Amino acid sequence: MPKTPSTSRRGLLFGAAAVSAGVLVTGCTSNESGDDEPAANDQPAADDKPGKQVTIGFAGPQADHGWLNAINDNAKKRAGKYSDVTLEITEGSNDTAQQIGQIETLINKKVDVLVILPADGKALTQVGLKAMRAGIPVVNLDRIFNTPQAYRCWIGGDNYGMGLNAGHYIGEKLKDKPDARVVELAGLDNLELTKQRTQGFDDALKNYPNIKKVARQAAEFTVESGQAKMAQLLQAQSQIDALWNHDDDQGVGALRAIEQAGRDEFLMVGGAGALSAFEAIKADNGVLKATVLYPPTMAASAIDLARALGQGKGVGGLAEFEIPSSVTCYSAVVDKENVDQYMSTGFK
Amino acid sequence: MTQNVSPPRDSTPKVSPAGEPPAWRAVLFRADVRTLSLLGVLAALILIGGITKPDQFLDTRNLQLVLTQASVIGVVTVGMTFVIISGGIDLSVGAIVALASVWATTVATQEYGFGGILFTAVIVGLGCGLVNGVLIAYGGMVPFIATLAMLASARGLALQITDGRTQIVTVDGVLDLGERDSYVLGVPPLVLVFAAVTVIGWLVLNRTTFGRRTVAVGGNAEAARLAGIDVRRQRLYLYLLSGLCCGIAAFLLIVLAGSGQNTNGNLYELDAIAAAIIGGTLLTGGRGTIVGSVLGVLIFTTITNIFALNNLQSDVQQIAKGAIIVAAVLVQRRTASTT
Repeated sequence: MPKTPSTSRRGLLFGAAAVSAGVLVTGCTSNESGDDEPAANDQPAADDKPGKQVTIGFAGPQADHGWLNAINDNAKKRAGKYSDVTLEITEGSNDTAQQIGQIETLINKKVDVLVILPADGKALTQVGLKAMRAGIPVVNLDRIFNTPQAYRCWIGGDNYGMGLNAGHYIGEKLKDKPDARVVELAGLDNLELTKQRTQGFDDALKNYPNIKKVARQAAEFTVESGQAKMAQLLQAQSQIDALWNHDDDQGVGALRAIEQAGRDEFLMVGGAGALSAFEAIKADNGVLKATVLYPPTMAASAIDLARALGQGKGVGGLAEFEIPSSVTCYSAVVDKENVDQYMSTGFK
Repeated sequence: MTQNVSPPRDSTPKVSPAGEPPAWRAVLFRADVRTLSLLGVLAALILIGGITKPDQFLDTRNLQLVLTQASVIGVVTVGMTFVIISGGIDLSVGAIVALASVWATTVATQEYGFGGILFTAVIVGLGCGLVNGVLIAYGGMVPFIATLAMLASARGLALQITDGRTQIVTVDGVLDLGERDSYVLGVPPLVLVFAAVTVIGWLVLNRTTFGRRTVAVGGNAEAARLAGIDVRRQRLYLYLLSGLCCGIAAFLLIVLAGSGQNTNGNLYELDAIAAAIIGGTLLTGGRGTIVGSVLGVLIFTTITNIFALNNLQSDVQQIAKGAIIVAAVLVQRRTASTT
């Protein structure tokens, strides 16, 4: 890596040179920018080439279910890919006090950038502020802090968008069916994200006057609760046309209940993007026809953002000199048509 | 000694008059009155369900559903009832169910098929019960602390085994047990196991020396010891019994959910304790019935069912559940005191 100067220095060196030379340089140093970019193309964007050494501190909650586990995996794998990134990862904890302690340890260790997925966003705001004041920029992952002062950049999923996209997918499938009946198996009702997912779903369904949401029950993101609540929903509704289930983990239980009840008259759309769901969608031999992503790859992107932040660069493909202050990941709908593309991102 | 026992009874003054240790027959009679009042609560719930959703509620499938959903927690509650009657408490039941269910569904265990899964679930349950029992009976630990420690450790171990992943069961024999095809004369196999555990639990409590010793230890451990009961060994057996019930429940849960997950059995300890208390088991020990506990479980499951059928949301469900617990206990008290 010493033989490769950072892009910024190279940019300076060639700054006054002919435009064609500038294009040539970026062509060499950046994998992501094309030749037809506008004049500001000598901006220093983070790319795969090794740059300044960056130590990233990562603090997340206890990985007690598949999605959080995938978050940790994604962060570790992405950091391992870069020779210029050292990842300091803490033991995950759901206890607010313990997580604060872990983050303070990382601050004292003087890591260059922090990536924090708080167990509880609001409760950990203070420690985010503390890191920022200590001059350590924070990438806030998914569960958002109370104030933008506590982070330099937020990246997370789109819960409202999940509901919206699930609703539109179901809406398009059922738009020609008069008096279509839809049920919703929601996640843990204590969480704001569940409310947002439901709101998005309801808003999407408003576009289809022939569709009525006839029932909604909340499970707890666990297989057990998914089975129990789905069994009750099916007993309550003798005939339905579609089901939206907020979470693929509880979906394992929901599918079990559907199988036990011997029902198959409807289409089911899942949420999150578990491997078992992708496999069922690909096999196409059950009610599960699609799932809406809440992509755990956002942790890999958070590492990218943290690295760019530590090296003082922007993001490849964007014109700005700095990374964005907020990134909302798209909740793509994965169905039989595109499932192969997403298979490798599925979590167990 | 009677003076020492009476203060906790102040919380239930109408039940036991003036510190006199109630006669055996009187206890049995009161238990029957309590059972009747519980049946009354259940009948009222069935009436509500029948009126609000006649088609879906009064239906064979719904009866099968309610009983199936009650099976897992029901088996746990039978074990819990024994422990509470003996004056103890087992806070680790949910964690043991979680640990047993994930240990029994690892890829390695599933290679051994049906027998391997069942055996592992039961052995893990018994093993945890043994640790609880030894710590409490011979280590002199307070049940609350010993089982709280087990709760933490078992949940931690379950998380370590699964790494937070959902372990899907692929053994057909196990999965088939949860399907309609394997119903025996319309009764799901899970419900048969629940019924068997209930009957055996009733027989053991009411018709064996083991049962009478359990009540004696819970009523007055010192007196029981003076009467020649090996109190320590009795306690060890009781936590083993609770562990065994958790192992069986874990297997039922594996059949029901077709998977093992470290989040299984969430808050089972509170559900089981609540069902036992509603069923008339004294938290201070010395009194309780299996029938009451099972009715307690059925009341809870029926409430959940009625609410789900009426599409009421979690917030309303929780509020009403709390209110119904209070109402059920008050109704019982009143009925018990007027006789």
